[in-house]
This record gives sequence, C-alpha cells and structure tokens, in this order.
Amino acid sequence: MTTVIWTVAIITCLGLLLALLLYLVAQRFKVEEDPRIEQVEKAMPGANCGGCGFAGCHAFAESVVKASGLDSHFCPVGGNETMKAVAAILGVEVKEKAPEVAVVRCNGTCEARPRTNEYNGAPSCKVKASLYAGDTGCQFGCLGCGDCVAACKFGAIAMDPATGLPVVDQEKCTACGACAKACPKHIIEIRAKGPRGMRLFVSCVNKDKGPSVRKACASACIGCGICAKTCSHGAVTVEGNVAWIDPAKCKLCRECEAMCPTGAIHAVNFPKPLDREAVKARVLERQKKARENAKKEENNG
Amino acid sequence: MARRTFSIGGVHPDDAKISRACKLEVLPTPPVVWIGLSQHIGAPAKPVVAVGDKVKVGQPVAEPGGFMSAFIHSSVSGTVKSIGPRKDLSGNVQTYIEIEVEGDEWAEGIDRSDTLVTDIPEDPKLIIEKIRLGGVVGLGGATFPTHVKLSPPPGKKCEMLIINGCECEPYLTSDFRTLLEKGEQVVVGTALIKQALGVEKATIAIEDNKLEAVENIHRILSTLKAKSPKYFGIEVMPLMKKYPEGGEKQLIDAVMHRQVKSGGLPIDVGAVVQNVCTALAVYEAVQKNKPLIDNSVTVTGECFPRQANVLVRVGTPLRYIIDSLGGMPADAAKVVSGGPMMGKAIANLDAPTLKGTGALLFLTEKQTRRMPETNCIRCGKCSDACPMGLEPFLLVRLARSGDTESLESNAVQDCIMCGCCLYSCPAGIPLLDEISSARGQVLGIIKARAAAAKAAAEAVKAKTE
Repeated sequence: MTTVIWTVAIITCLGLLLALLLYLVAQRFKVEEDPRIEQVEKAMPGANCGGCGFAGCHAFAESVVKASGLDSHFCPVGGNETMKAVAAILGVEVKEKAPEVAVVRCNGTCEARPRTNEYNGAPSCKVKASLYAGDTGCQFGCLGCGDCVAACKFGAIAMDPATGLPVVDQEKCTACGACAKACPKHIIEIRAKGPRGMRLFVSCVNKDKGPSVRKACASACIGCGICAKTCSHGAVTVEGNVAWIDPAKCKLCRECEAMCPTGAIHAVNFPKPLDREAVKARVLERQKKARENAKKEENNG
Repeated sequence: MARRTFSIGGVHPDDAKISRACKLEVLPTPPVVWIGLSQHIGAPAKPVVAVGDKVKVGQPVAEPGGFMSAFIHSSVSGTVKSIGPRKDLSGNVQTYIEIEVEGDEWAEGIDRSDTLVTDIPEDPKLIIEKIRLGGVVGLGGATFPTHVKLSPPPGKKCEMLIINGCECEPYLTSDFRTLLEKGEQVVVGTALIKQALGVEKATIAIEDNKLEAVENIHRILSTLKAKSPKYFGIEVMPLMKKYPEGGEKQLIDAVMHRQVKSGGLPIDVGAVVQNVCTALAVYEAVQKNKPLIDNSVTVTGECFPRQANVLVRVGTPLRYIIDSLGGMPADAAKVVSGGPMMGKAIANLDAPTLKGTGALLFLTEKQTRRMPETNCIRCGKCSDACPMGLEPFLLVRLARSGDTESLESNAVQDCIMCGCCLYSCPAGIPLLDEISSARGQVLGIIKARAAAAKAAAEAVKAKTE
C-alpha cells in the first residue's frame, strides 16, 4: 500500500514541478502577438479555403489587423456577417457587399453539344485541357472531368450526369472562387447573387464566330448581339463574339432571355416561368415604335 | 564489341515495324490543301499571298514571323481560296492558307531530276541561307527551324554532328525507308550540314534493328569518300535498340558518352543533332532548290490493311490520306499522329498534315484500352525507366497537389515526354498525362519569370541611362 502512496505522491510532485518550470519558461520566452489576431480568427468561419486571397483564416486575421481599413479584405465564406464581427473587433466601419455565387457559364449539355471524340486520358480537366481542345466541337466549353468539384471545400458543386455539366448548390456556395481558379477553361464566374437569388447570365463563353459555334453547340452564344439591342438598361455588352450581362445594371426584365435565339441566356430563381411569346411581342412592338419615331424625326428634321 | 546505347533508363517495347517492307510511294495530290502558318517551334509565319492569288509548287506563301520562325511554301499549284481559322488535329484553331489545286506547275529554278548532286559548296553561309529560304525545319518531331540550329551562338563550338536515324518509336518506318531508298541524298545532306557547321566529324546513328540501312549507308559512304574528301569524317554507327534512343539527349549520350545538363542545349557539349529526313530536306533545299513541301509519312497499324510509307504534300487533309489508302478500318478506335509512345491522338481527322507529321497509326479498342488506375505500389519501375533520371511517382503526386515549386526543384521541366514511365507502371497511373500537364505549367512559370527578370533589368538600364 505504501508503495502505491509513495508512487502517486512522487509523480504528483514531479508533475507540479515540471508544470511550474514550463510556466516560467513560457513567461520568459513569450511571443507578443496582437490579441486581436486571435479574436479575429475566432470570428472567422475557419474553412481555410483561401477564397479571401490569403493562405488561410490565420493569415487573413494577421493581415486585417495590420491593415488600417477593411477595404482590401473580404471573407467570401462568412460574408457580411463575419466582416461586421471583424469590424466590431477592430473598431472600424465596413461596407456591405452584395452576396455572390459561382455561376457555370456553359450550356453545352450532352444533347446540345454532341461529342466528336472519346477521351480516355487522366480524368482531370487540367490534363485534358493541356492535351487538346476537348471531346466536343467547342474548344471553350466545359470539359466535364470535375476539377471544380474536387476544388470545392463546401460540397457545393456536383456534376450532373444527365447534362455532363457542373451544378452549383447556391445554398452551400460561399463564392470563395476555388472552382473558378480550378477551371482551365475559365467558364465559372463569381457573380452577384441578385435580389432573392434572381439573376440573369449568359451561359456560354464561346468566342468563335456564329456559324462555327452553331455547328459545335446548339445552345451556345453566337454573339449576334440581339440581347444588347434589346436591353434598354445598357446592361449587355458583346465582346469577342460573346455577350455578358453586367449584374450591376441588369434590372431583371428578362427581355434578353426571351429574345435570345439559342437560349444561351439563363434566368434562375424567378417566381414565374417566362412568357416568352408575350415578352417577345412587347419588345418587337417597342422596337417598331422606336423605328417609326426615328423616321418621323428624320422627316421633320 | 557491344553496341552503344544511352546509360540511364529506357524501355524495350515491341518495335512492331510492320510496314518496313513498304516502299516509299508518292500520294496523289489532293484537290485542296490547307497550309498552316505554325508548322515550326517559334513565331507563326506571316502570309505573303492574298486570297485569289495564283501560286506554283514551291513558291513561298508565308515568311518568317520572327527570328525563331521559318518560310512556308506552297506544296501545290493553284489558287489561294482563303486565309483563316481552321481546327488542327487536336481541335484547337490555327490559321491556314487554303489552296485549291489546279494542275501541278512548279516554281522556276527547282531541279526535279533524279540526278545526285554531290558537289558541296564551300561557303557555310550560302548553305545556311539556302536552308533558311527552303523553310527546312527539324523533322524528328520538334520542328525546330534548322537554320537557327545550324548557327550556334558565338563562343560555342560544335565538335560532332549526329544524324538521327534511330527511329526508336515502334511502328514508324519512314526514316528507315528514306535511309534505304534515298541514302545517297541523306549522306550528301549530312555532308552539307557538316560543311555548314564547320565540323570534322559526323555520325549517322541507326538502331540495330535496321542493319540493312546501316549496310546501305556504309556502301554509299565508301563510294562517295572515294569521290570527294568532303565526305571524310562521316561515319555510320549502329546502336543497341532501346527506346527512347532517338531523344536528342539520349542520342548524344549513346554516341558521344556526354550528358547534357538540365536546362542545357546539345551545343553545350559540342553536339548538333539532326534527323535523317531533315538531312534529306537540306539536300533538296541546297542542291535542288526544292523547299520543304512534302514529307514521308508512315501509315500503319495492325488493323490497317494497306500499310504504306507515303510521300505527302504538306497541307494534305488526313482524311484524304486515309481514303486514298483504302479508308478507315472498321475496328480502329484511335488514330495517332506519330508513334504509339509519343504520338498525339487525333481529335479532328479533317486537319491537314504539317511539315512535322511523320506517321498515322491506327489502334484498335483493345490496344488503346487503359488499365484502371490503382494505388502506387512504390515499385520504382518508373524511376528505373525514366531516361532523364526523374522520379515520376513523385512528380505525379506533386502535380496532383499543384505544388509547382517542388515540381520545379524536382526537374519536371527536364521531362522529354517519352512515356517510358507510363509504359512501365504496373498500377496504371496516368503518369505521363499528369506530368506533361504540370511540365507545361512549370515551363510557363519559368518563361514568365525570365521575361519579368529581363523587363526589370531593362528598366534598371533605362533608369541609369
């Protein structure tokens, strides 16, 4: 019995002694760190995804504490709430940023974009893109090997086996941009989520000229510019044979969507389906009137 | 004495030279050709003809677009129909000159007779200029402009010219047929390159599965040496068969026992390597004034009944070649441009041939099937096989994690993409795919860094001035 008591006593004393030693050493060689760094890091989501442009949440916290303002820092994962919390810790003002989401700009489903050859190399978009233009007639579109899926740390993107294209789960997507970086064809865009998630975008990045685009894919943007002519808010620009809708200017009227001859413009999260014919008729009527007015003015002037 | 070969790595695939008995034949001229403007390494050529122009065979249609570039000549006579984008064999868009063929009228000054011209001009500059005007590029695969290679940078001296007749890729036989049927021209071409470089020694290296070619060159050399002292110093050397013997650095190792350092050039160890077909093109450009307008293409594969070695005009659509030789075999699953080890699978058969197109290989479903990938078992076969002394198992892991810094420090940029690692891997890991993709990325980074350093140096210079 005494052996047990002695053993416990010695071990306890030794433990206390070493703890004291460790405490003294820690005090002696303490590294002074701004306590706010730790506070900021705690307020961060802790995903370490790199979406903010820093190596991880700790690097972000270090940088944000050093910087005077929050202008060049934004955590896409935590969004405005996290940034507000960070601002409160640092005692600075923060501007609210519109929530963003990853948008896949390729419309080339298996039906719309027939396969012209079969790829049997390594199942990676990066490798495939380094080898050739892809297994369809379109050299700009989705390669379908799922590098974006592998890059996503939030499980927000998955390949749809029916279309062969990635689908973004907008509830899970944090707009960190990892998928956009991983895509060798640069078809993923980080865009404003839009009011109640409603947004319009051109789901194609093909820069070829109309006829050859048509041959490769039935639902590609052919750069015809009808959308740009239709838009009365100046939100659509056509550059390099492909249209782009500026989310800041778009008023979500869906006129461009109705007028697009190939269905390359996609609208999501709208409560009602689009009455294509009615909108088309409205636009054509307006354009006709505008032409007549222009003619009248010409005659008068 | 044992025959020489390179010292590290290499594999021994079945050489499958099933078309070795097929004599070189001339393919009929196609009704229309598409002549690409990027047929060489370096800047694309600039067109010098306009739509509607009449051109003759051998007339230049594009001029060099920079120092590292080459002339491109019309391979047919006819009318220029268009100059514009068209998909190449991997589906990427390139600029091509479309020429509709009318007759077969050759440009003036081209000697089309069969007589062998054995007199070697004295002036190296004249030879190099004629090579430049003939648009000759390296036909071993890299299509490096030959006149650039024959003008070594000042301070570097060439000690030996090596003519590469290894043709170590399985299936390919066009170099072999050229050595057998046009051996005289190849030897004269060798003497011309030797004169242009001002070297004493030249070696025509041939693998020992082509001993007929070795004998043929031997015979030609002894007759020519009796005629003129210009042919002294040219030897033929049979090498032990091993893939990739025809790789530039491997060949220098095999012939001269010298190793080119990482990032170095063959001229650093005193060697210049040229392909057999390049030597033939040099002969034609210098002695016959005939620019590089056609090349020999091996059309082969177990499933392709009409094996052939054909002389094809540059710009001939691939489909036209296949159709003239009996059409696409029903059981062909893949058509490869080049050999089975380093060739590129063709995604677009409507693409035209380029100066560097050496073979069309038809493979069946069974031959192209890949093993399902399993985990690396750390057997080290890939490291044993790598002729550049790299560690493919490590590189593939780094490539998958995107660690470009470690990739560079492990010399991924030295990879010659011979495919020995993939060939030897028992786990079916797509080593070459991943490594070549990472190699491209790292080479891009190195290039960007060099450009940035140059720009910074220039900025400093401008400031001090």
